[in-house]
Amino acid sequence: MNLNELTIKEIRDGIIEKKFSITELVSDCLKEIKKKDGEFHAYLEVYEEDALNEARRLDSVTGDFETPPPLWGVPFAMKDNILIEGKKCSAGSKILENYEASYDATVTNRLKKAGAVFLGRTNMDEFAMGSSTENSGFGPTKNPHDISRVPGGSSGGSAAAVASHLSLAALGSDTGGSIRQPASFCGVVGLKPTYGTVSRSGLIAMASSLDQIGPFAKSVEDAKTVFDVIKGRDALDSTTISPPKSDFGEEVGLRRIGLPKEYFGKGLDPEVEKTVRAAIKKLEEAGHAVKEISLPMSEYALAAYYIIMPAEVSANLARFDGIRYGYSAIQNSESKILNLEEVYAKTRAGGFGQEVKRRIMLGAYTLSHGYYDAYYLKAQKIRRLIKEDFEKAFKEVDLIIGPTAPTPPFKFGEKSSNPLEMYLSDIYTVAVNLAGLPGLSMNAGFVKKEGKDLPAGIQFIAPWFQEENIFTIANELEAKLNAV
Amino acid sequence: MSISKKDVQHIARLARIELTSAEEAKFEKDLSGVLDFIGKLNAVNTNDIKPVQGGIDLMNVMRCDETKKEELDVEYEARRAASLVKAVPDRKDGFVKVKGVFE
Repeated sequence: MNLNELTIKEIRDGIIEKKFSITELVSDCLKEIKKKDGEFHAYLEVYEEDALNEARRLDSVTGDFETPPPLWGVPFAMKDNILIEGKKCSAGSKILENYEASYDATVTNRLKKAGAVFLGRTNMDEFAMGSSTENSGFGPTKNPHDISRVPGGSSGGSAAAVASHLSLAALGSDTGGSIRQPASFCGVVGLKPTYGTVSRSGLIAMASSLDQIGPFAKSVEDAKTVFDVIKGRDALDSTTISPPKSDFGEEVGLRRIGLPKEYFGKGLDPEVEKTVRAAIKKLEEAGHAVKEISLPMSEYALAAYYIIMPAEVSANLARFDGIRYGYSAIQNSESKILNLEEVYAKTRAGGFGQEVKRRIMLGAYTLSHGYYDAYYLKAQKIRRLIKEDFEKAFKEVDLIIGPTAPTPPFKFGEKSSNPLEMYLSDIYTVAVNLAGLPGLSMNAGFVKKEGKDLPAGIQFIAPWFQEENIFTIANELEAKLNAV
Repeated sequence: MSISKKDVQHIARLARIELTSAEEAKFEKDLSGVLDFIGKLNAVNTNDIKPVQGGIDLMNVMRCDETKKEELDVEYEARRAASLVKAVPDRKDGFVKVKGVFE
């Protein structure tokens, strides 16, 4: 077994007891990347030399610690929208192709202090807009379980890197499902923390009332280890707070689990449903109380999301103007540019891809004069009703469980010609962002399609700031599934 | 609800994105489709509902209005400023160059 195939927990003892060095571990990851990433394209850039130098540096001081920091020597992949000082950061977009970060994101800083080693930056849908990585300005990533299929998105590169052992863990960002859906498609663990738990300073913003950074890992325990490092108050992001104490602590015990009937209805692939229900059965057999619940506003979540998110996108992406950084029409235009407005319009025409333009325009429209009440205000009212759905549900149950995505990974091109088809991939994940809740996806099992075993994810949703409760029960399920 | 080509041109102007005529036709179709889809929200009565900005009941998190204690690292700040200006596509002598607003 190569070292890159181990989990964070497994390498920790190995490093402390000097069974192997961080340099050997990082080398194994880099070798695997060389061997496989030509095919998968999980990475946009690999920091081979820097990673090896950092590994050697960490090796040389491991002995100075009684207990090394929690991620000591852990090879990490970063989604291409999280800044690492001095490294390129393009958010999967041509408009930022040559942009170099001038500071570290808060999460980058925290990972560095905890001893993580960055292997490279991973592919994503342009500005995190998409569910397949097909919207990347630099070509799609392939699903390691079947290369004719998408890895999910937008954090598809991070999910594929962890699934194929090209990294031990990774960070992604989740605005409407961009961590959980690719985690489901690639068969790994992905967590979207409660809004306000992890700092977004240094994350290239998409929709600020929804965005949250979270980990990808090979096990629930590893995801928790990373989450514990990156979470917490940060003066650079005024939406962050120190999470309040968990209701259950790490207490392993019986929980009340709710299955929303709306998450098991029309549109759900029967094989995915079978796999998810079989996993839930295991929790029921262990004594947890499982019952059907209703989240009646579910059917409106995606529509509300497609008003709120594009509106925030149109404001956030106004900064890409060809003046301050990134691609500019000034150096690239064939025709002479006469005035400032032309600099903006031509830069954005040449730098943004189709989906990004579509969402900016949708947002500009719904926020424009005369339409604000009909769209944006209406959506914010629906958002309250969605939130109240969850508040009611969490009076009856401690956790909500369902499928992460309605289908297994789909084929390239299958949904790319119809934007609405693609948007439906996030049908079970967007409400969690609108309500600001924590959600985790882990593999529930595999479904067979055309002779290939494709992963199907199960999603855990907990009340605000109750990540610990998710970890406890997901960990229990993981042990039961691995025991088979 | 569907929108016209003229609407698309107006929105593109607001969004500061120059479109080709092929893009105008495509976005007319795409945006009409999405607006149709989000039109389903009209089925929900929201007359007495107050809007929310986000899912979490967080109030503004403020900091004290105090000057930082640590001394300003002039060299570091100068390097940072230089790296920011270096990212600017069109610059001269450490300044950002901008086209005239009027022709």
